[in-house]
Amino acid sequence: MSGKYKQVAYYPGCALEGTGHAYNRSTKELGKALGLDVVELKNWNCCGAMEVKNVDPKLQTYLSARNLSIAEAMGFDTVMAPCNGCYHNLKKAEYDLANDPASREVTDQLSRKAGHETYKAGKVETIHALDWIKQAIGEDGLKARVRNSLKGLKIANYYGCMYTRPRHIFPEKDRGPGSESTWKPHFMDDLLAAAGAENVEYPLKTACCGGAHTLSDSDTSTKLVLNLLTTAEACGADVIATECPTCHTGLEMHQVRAEKVFGRKTTVKILYFTQLLGMALGLSARKVGVPENFSASSDLLRARGLG
Amino acid sequence: MANIPSMSLNDIAARLDAMLAAPDTALAATASQRADELLALGEAILEIWLAARGETPTMRVVEGFRLLALHRQGARGEPSFNACRETCRELVYHHNLVRLEPAHTDVARRLRLGAMVARHLQLFIGGKLEVAGLGEFCCSSRPLRQHEASAQPVANV
Repeated sequence: MSGKYKQVAYYPGCALEGTGHAYNRSTKELGKALGLDVVELKNWNCCGAMEVKNVDPKLQTYLSARNLSIAEAMGFDTVMAPCNGCYHNLKKAEYDLANDPASREVTDQLSRKAGHETYKAGKVETIHALDWIKQAIGEDGLKARVRNSLKGLKIANYYGCMYTRPRHIFPEKDRGPGSESTWKPHFMDDLLAAAGAENVEYPLKTACCGGAHTLSDSDTSTKLVLNLLTTAEACGADVIATECPTCHTGLEMHQVRAEKVFGRKTTVKILYFTQLLGMALGLSARKVGVPENFSASSDLLRARGLG
Repeated sequence: MANIPSMSLNDIAARLDAMLAAPDTALAATASQRADELLALGEAILEIWLAARGETPTMRVVEGFRLLALHRQGARGEPSFNACRETCRELVYHHNLVRLEPAHTDVARRLRLGAMVARHLQLFIGGKLEVAGLGEFCCSSRPLRQHEASAQPVANV
């Protein structure tokens, strides 16, 4: 273990307190099993997701700046966000505060009005749960701790569209060996391979899941998800591993809807990467929230001696 | 390059479905032509998006491929369009894979995966077109009501 990121501030965000609770549970349990500490931000607020951003992007920047300010006030220089939307927005706020005077001005005004310190760019580093495990433990560290290898489990790693886009807000990516790639992300692949899984070559790992369409045009979302699922199956995957609660929920719900509305049944299972790693470390399926998933994977996991 | 006439997204979807349903032997026998067809269908999909925006699709190439130039053109002023950037690159990759080894034993599977990638592009663009009059599509979109936001300074919210 490098010691880096051994203790980080934790920003779960709204989704992990709702539909993504299994991700919240498995992230915390995985950290505990690996000897890593997470300290939840006190009185955190919504990151603004897509709703606030679409109405007033500078207000959205402030919302993320407030969370970063809380992390700084709690004495942390790193905040970890497992949700792609939260992660993306924190990174975007960091970029805007470093590069856009108007964003700085609005953030300062609102911070003073709200009665807290104005967050200044560069004080707190935002990382994803993938960065956290990859940098704090690494593949060798994981391998040494694996008790139930994921051997034989074929996994399509699905990163979604917000983990790598837009590229300019992720200056630490695309830095050569050891860094994450925005063209072809691989951190989740690396970690699951270290736990024994067989990753399949999945050509849609950063393709759109239609998440934003879910309410306004469900059929388009269902068709996009169905294509993700059938492509994963065509690649030979037993499981799609996810690292975003919105993508995860979309895949699960539209898998059901695809069968109901279009009569297209798919059998590939959907699990958070934290659940898979947790079970590889010997945690039970219940402990990492597998029964809370909509996608019923118990039979597959039992057959593989997991959970 | 295959000669693709002006087609609707539904026509393109039907062509992709036909390729996905074709027997292995048929795909293997015409692998290179099918790979070119996939690329041309991808270009046709992006042409539909550009035409809907009132633009003339470029004939330029990026990294040797018109598909990538069309994507770049389509993304201009439309950050959310980058959500299909890697889908376009994957389509080019599958085209190259088949073109480099048209006699490979796995060529039918490679073509089908390429067709699934093209189908994702077709679905994504279809979704974007559908909501074009209603708002933006993706989470990294430009603000929907930017003019309203600028009319009401945020500090006064």
